Amino acid sequence: MILIVAEHAAGKLGKATLEMVTAARESGREGPITVLVLGQNVSAIATEAAAVADQVLVADLPQLATYNAETWAAAATQIAQEGEAHTVIIGGSRSGREYAPRVAVKLDAPYLEDVTSLKASGAALQGQRYTYLARVTETVEAEGPVVVVTVKPGSFAAAAPAGAAGEQYDVELTLPAPRVEVTGKSVEKSSRVALTEADVIVTGGRGVGSPENFSKYVEGLADALGAGVGATRAVVDAGWRPYAEQVGQTGKTVQPGAYIALGVSGAVQHLSGMGKSKNIIAINKDAEAPIFKVADYGIVGDINEIVPALIEASKR
Amino acid sequence: MNILTLVRQVPDAEARVKISQQAVDLDGTTLVVDGMDEYGVEEALRLRESGASVEQIIALAIGPKRNEDALRTALAMGVDRAIHVETDEQFDAVTLSKVVAQVAHAENVGLILVGGQEADWDSQALGAASAERLGWPQLTWTNELKLDGETLSGRHDVDDGNESFRVTLPAVVTTQQGLNEPRYPTLPNIMKAKKKELRKDDAASYGLQARVRTVGAEIQTRARRNTMIDGKDPQAAAAQLLELLRNEAKVLA
Repeated sequence: MILIVAEHAAGKLGKATLEMVTAARESGREGPITVLVLGQNVSAIATEAAAVADQVLVADLPQLATYNAETWAAAATQIAQEGEAHTVIIGGSRSGREYAPRVAVKLDAPYLEDVTSLKASGAALQGQRYTYLARVTETVEAEGPVVVVTVKPGSFAAAAPAGAAGEQYDVELTLPAPRVEVTGKSVEKSSRVALTEADVIVTGGRGVGSPENFSKYVEGLADALGAGVGATRAVVDAGWRPYAEQVGQTGKTVQPGAYIALGVSGAVQHLSGMGKSKNIIAINKDAEAPIFKVADYGIVGDINEIVPALIEASKR
Repeated sequence: MNILTLVRQVPDAEARVKISQQAVDLDGTTLVVDGMDEYGVEEALRLRESGASVEQIIALAIGPKRNEDALRTALAMGVDRAIHVETDEQFDAVTLSKVVAQVAHAENVGLILVGGQEADWDSQALGAASAERLGWPQLTWTNELKLDGETLSGRHDVDDGNESFRVTLPAVVTTQQGLNEPRYPTLPNIMKAKKKELRKDDAASYGLQARVRTVGAEIQTRARRNTMIDGKDPQAAAAQLLELLRNEAKVLA
């Protein structure tokens, strides 16, 4: 079977899970598509998953109320072994890429990390992945009785229900006690759409000028367009914006439909985080800024004049 | 207790990457210590300087001969000694974790520091896979760290924000931007580093077998429209951009 470990948050199945189902369907690997739901009070999530899967395995346990790398790795491994999974698919989120290597070691399986495509190639499983700050696309493959894969978010379409809903089964697990004690938690709260889910992102760089301008122009335009807000490393390092908003090599990787870069010069490290956006729009007063080389639409001009005009025009 | 810091050598971010025979070719490319690993080296030094009971800080690199440069940099920053497992073969992170685990055992290591994401192969797996092989807990994407006796505490990023944590050593920590500002090696320290031990290990003795094959590589750039709009008249430019985004790119409603 193909085992997919569901991603979910706030009582809802994550889009990443639907993308993993598409990856499984497109892979050409045989066997039922099985989604494993780990958590507490997850029956609604399991029902959502059943709409797209052949079967859903549910572990609804107090020990699974919060994510822990060791617990999740143990759970996924146990189910993969009991169900004789030949393919284990895990989300390419921060947590997914954190516990998936542990699953690979436990199963003595090869690990294809953060792939953007997935297909059977003879006895092997083949995927593509971005390397060298997203400048290179490499094709990698591995074979074995079981292969562990993480799927890059946003690389596959969300699966639509196919046929009858899959059966749901409760599973029993033997879980280790977590050794990492969480002593505090700060959740990124934003009234705006999450960066990794946003279809439009407005990002500000140092060229915006000041924290006040960032609020006025970057947040102002984002709100006018219903977009997410991003920032460059320079802006985050300067303390203008929180790290949570950083896009780039050391921040988040995004690929929205439209990426609007305001006062962003376009360093390689930033491009590696947003270079796969479907449309890149750059506004910068420096006509030589490297961002223009990768832009679909560019305006050489003053942010102070163009962005207010954009905000005004977008309301019409 | 000893600290093990992993040091990888990667192309400089501004360096051109070229492909030959379906693989990335690094000949002639400027190589540097992976920035994320540098945070780990720096943090090991700072933990000791802050009074934690650290006997030795050991840097480990696995790769071709040129990796000696990366290890010399770590030694010049203040690491006590280095181990180079020399190999020209490319291994995936899960396979490489076998070396990390064996070295950690042999060297009485209680804490491993490794960069959160490699700047060449874009993998985040080495820390987690090493932790699993050792049976240790791990903290990934750490941006604050304190060591008090055997208790390691700090803060790290998670899916929906960040968490403060506490864990008892041994453990693996993956490092990232924000943890510290790595020091530059000074000339006297660069000279001193030349005398420090840089041990060579035979890769064959670690029983490595690559499990992931790279069968192709291409430099892929999406063709961009590169439509430039005159910004001299802000109102007209704004109207034109919105019109293009709505009707040509069809990304705005």
